[in-house]
Amino acid sequence: MESRFAHLDALESQSIYILREAYRKFKRLAMLWSIGKDSSVMLWLLRKAFFGHIPVPCVHVDTSYKIPEMIAFRDRLAKEWGINLIVGQNREALERGETFPNGRITRVECCSLLKKDALQAIIEEKDYQAVIVGIRRDEEGTRAKERYFSPRDKNFEWNFKDQPPELWDQFKTDFDPGTHIRIHPLLHWTEVNVWEYIDRERIEVVDLYFARDGMRYRSLGCAPCTKPIKSSARTVPEIIEELRHTKISERSTRAQDQEAEDAFERLRASGYM
Amino acid sequence: MRTSDPTPNPGAHALRIVIVGHVDHGKSTLVGRLLHDTGSLPDGKFEQIQAVCQRRGMPFEWAFLMDALQAERDQNITIDVSQIWFRSATRSYVIIDAPGHKEFLKNMVTGAADADAALLLIAANEGVQEQSKRHAYLLSMLGVDQVIVLINKMDLVDFSESVYQQIEEEYRDFLGKLGIQPLRFIPIAAREGLNLVEPLNGVAKWYSGPTLMRALDRLPPPAAEADGPLRFAVQDVYRFDERRIVAGRIESGTLRVGDYIVFSPNNKSSSVASIERWNAPIKDSASAGESIGVTLTDPIFVERGHIGSHDTKTPIETNRFRARLFWMGDRPLSIGRRYKVKLLSQEVECQLVSVDRVIDATSLDTFSGLRLSVVKNEVAEVTIQARSPLVMDNHERVATSGRFVIVDHQDVAGGGIIFGGTYVHREPVQSTNIFWSEGTIDHRIRTERNGHRGMVVWLTGLSGSGKSTLAHALETNLFSRHMQVYVLDGDNIRHGLNSNLGFSPQDRVENIRRVAEVAKLMADAGLIVITSFISPYRLDRTRAREVILGADVEFIEAYIATPLHVCEQRDPKKLYKRARSGEIKDFTGIDAPYEVPENPEITIYTDRESVKESVGRLLDFLIPRLQLDVAEYEI
Repeated sequence: MESRFAHLDALESQSIYILREAYRKFKRLAMLWSIGKDSSVMLWLLRKAFFGHIPVPCVHVDTSYKIPEMIAFRDRLAKEWGINLIVGQNREALERGETFPNGRITRVECCSLLKKDALQAIIEEKDYQAVIVGIRRDEEGTRAKERYFSPRDKNFEWNFKDQPPELWDQFKTDFDPGTHIRIHPLLHWTEVNVWEYIDRERIEVVDLYFARDGMRYRSLGCAPCTKPIKSSARTVPEIIEELRHTKISERSTRAQDQEAEDAFERLRASGYM
Repeated sequence: MRTSDPTPNPGAHALRIVIVGHVDHGKSTLVGRLLHDTGSLPDGKFEQIQAVCQRRGMPFEWAFLMDALQAERDQNITIDVSQIWFRSATRSYVIIDAPGHKEFLKNMVTGAADADAALLLIAANEGVQEQSKRHAYLLSMLGVDQVIVLINKMDLVDFSESVYQQIEEEYRDFLGKLGIQPLRFIPIAAREGLNLVEPLNGVAKWYSGPTLMRALDRLPPPAAEADGPLRFAVQDVYRFDERRIVAGRIESGTLRVGDYIVFSPNNKSSSVASIERWNAPIKDSASAGESIGVTLTDPIFVERGHIGSHDTKTPIETNRFRARLFWMGDRPLSIGRRYKVKLLSQEVECQLVSVDRVIDATSLDTFSGLRLSVVKNEVAEVTIQARSPLVMDNHERVATSGRFVIVDHQDVAGGGIIFGGTYVHREPVQSTNIFWSEGTIDHRIRTERNGHRGMVVWLTGLSGSGKSTLAHALETNLFSRHMQVYVLDGDNIRHGLNSNLGFSPQDRVENIRRVAEVAKLMADAGLIVITSFISPYRLDRTRAREVILGADVEFIEAYIATPLHVCEQRDPKKLYKRARSGEIKDFTGIDAPYEVPENPEITIYTDRESVKESVGRLLDFLIPRLQLDVAEYEI
């Protein structure tokens, strides 16, 4: 008789396999820590893969617009789990006040400056060859076409029209110098899988995901561009139950995705996660 | 995009279904419609696509649900594989939408390689097309054997039973030749949503089978390979704390604490002290698919690329193997170029030795004429030589360790499955510094490692007949195929081993006797030995043959039948001139006899063919005899 969570074992094993391949293949490897639920699961999977250890630095790109609870959670977890936390920030843009909340640029331009450019800068500064990112195929149409090992050229651009083949868990691991690799160990998970795993493993996530006054966050981003949804789910099992019945997409509360038909594709092609 | 629960039955795997078929036969439309009809679309998605289509001034396009990229929508084709979750009343699915265009074959392969089942789509108005066949062929190679054939666009042929049956008959026949038994054929009209979730409702009274959705729900879940022979692929060895953990994945079979494990290719062995997992229930076994770590009782050397197995069921270990391969690279796979083979966690430099057969995936015709390369989108049977031994299985025995990819420069450019490999029982090595127990190396094991047999090719003929030229041309060719080959000739024998011998009849006999003994030892050591001596006496050659065959080594007598007058004309060392003048005595052909072989294995006429042609004929004769004989080595 299969256990209630047998499918999670298969998802977990595949992710561990990918993390170990990444760790072996790239000496200068980092994880992108967004502080969201997927990042929490990824940190947990790193500890699974490396028997309790997190042997790679974790990079948080701080736009300065994150919800304060997220930063508090980040700093506490970093201390408790002994995480080597690296914070990246586009200070120039912030000093110039060139942001969407200031009304100076569009949401997509703001994402591009504060997230994408800041990430690119910290990767260049630290000379990371590869970054582990917790995106999933079920999130959005262009992510559905992603690879586990996904190359970006020296300008961080994603050539989605000519992606490397991936078969039988043999990934493209040889690259020209200057190429930067995104590694996506959660690609095959779904939103519900993530919550089921959080439930089974009792993984800590930011409180913002749980309903307060009839509202909760389903996806976490910057405060000005992320809206909570109506919800009464105050526990992980309640969230799982809620997701089993919803017909609203996960990223619908992320305003930057909604600006144009191909807003997200263009953001991703230019290097967004 | 998916929003609703992918796991209506908690604990059940989502079944992975790849949708393949010829371009424009309606793959993306089918997926879009299926998502809609099962109520799996997020709120507003239908309206969003409607708005996009209006803006583009076109009718509603279901395919836009999957074809998320702008270029895909602009050209109305699927470029890259897409994965999407949906559920029926009883289980959840991952749908893999693979592109149909030939130029995007690598994306199709990416999608299909890890599918549990496939839907093969054929448009009723166009019938079986090139990609309908090519995709089916690739599915059979990729090991996707659960196949449902959908005959789509039935509305365009007025739901004609005869059209349907004609296509079914033609395609069933084709699939049968590939060894694919389709689970069933189903007529559908995807754009209209007919026979997907809702039944046909009378438009085709002749069809009494299930809807697509019902047929999908009946597919059995994927079977794990927990019962196969154990293959534990080592990814890395960690020392984060006091433990030395050998980390990897069980690719087949089951591993238990206390098991005695042999790690190939160096065949060190140890018992498993513990199975390591972090924050997981303690379990003293691990089965196929599990990523684990183990600690060992003995401090043996183990590293990435080693494959653990039980000593009673060890894998094949060889430098040379045969495979059925598909090529996706823009540059062809060519003899003489260097590649890398990746098989489980092993990575070894390799070369293409020969293209044994090219298979036309659409007609299934095979070409076994001389080919030096495999080009993009071709399927071929090839022989590959790796620089160091690889651990593998025949694909039919263990699928996960029976497949590999070929990396050209930096890109995965081909994939293949291994067949015809021979299993040789290897004695496991205890955790000492001795690699092999004494006496366990016999020529079977040498043969297995070299990838070819040892052999003596005995060239005989007059001075100036071309033996030396041919011997070295043959040596160069075999060497370039990564074979172990060596030429014995006057230069390296007469000056050393036989420096005490002259050209008298007795000395000639002794000369040949020693050459035969040396050749025997070298061939027994696994080499292909080419001897290049006049060896004029029939009796001497017969003795050499007996000595060599007596050591179970094949002896090939190659008579270089160049006529005396041609040899004398060539006279490269001016020996004939000196013999004629009496300066040299007992010169074969002048004042000593040459006894022509009565039954040589092969005769070469250097006066009538070029060196290249002669070497070609020798190779044609030798190569099949150098290859491993499965029956002989099977245990």
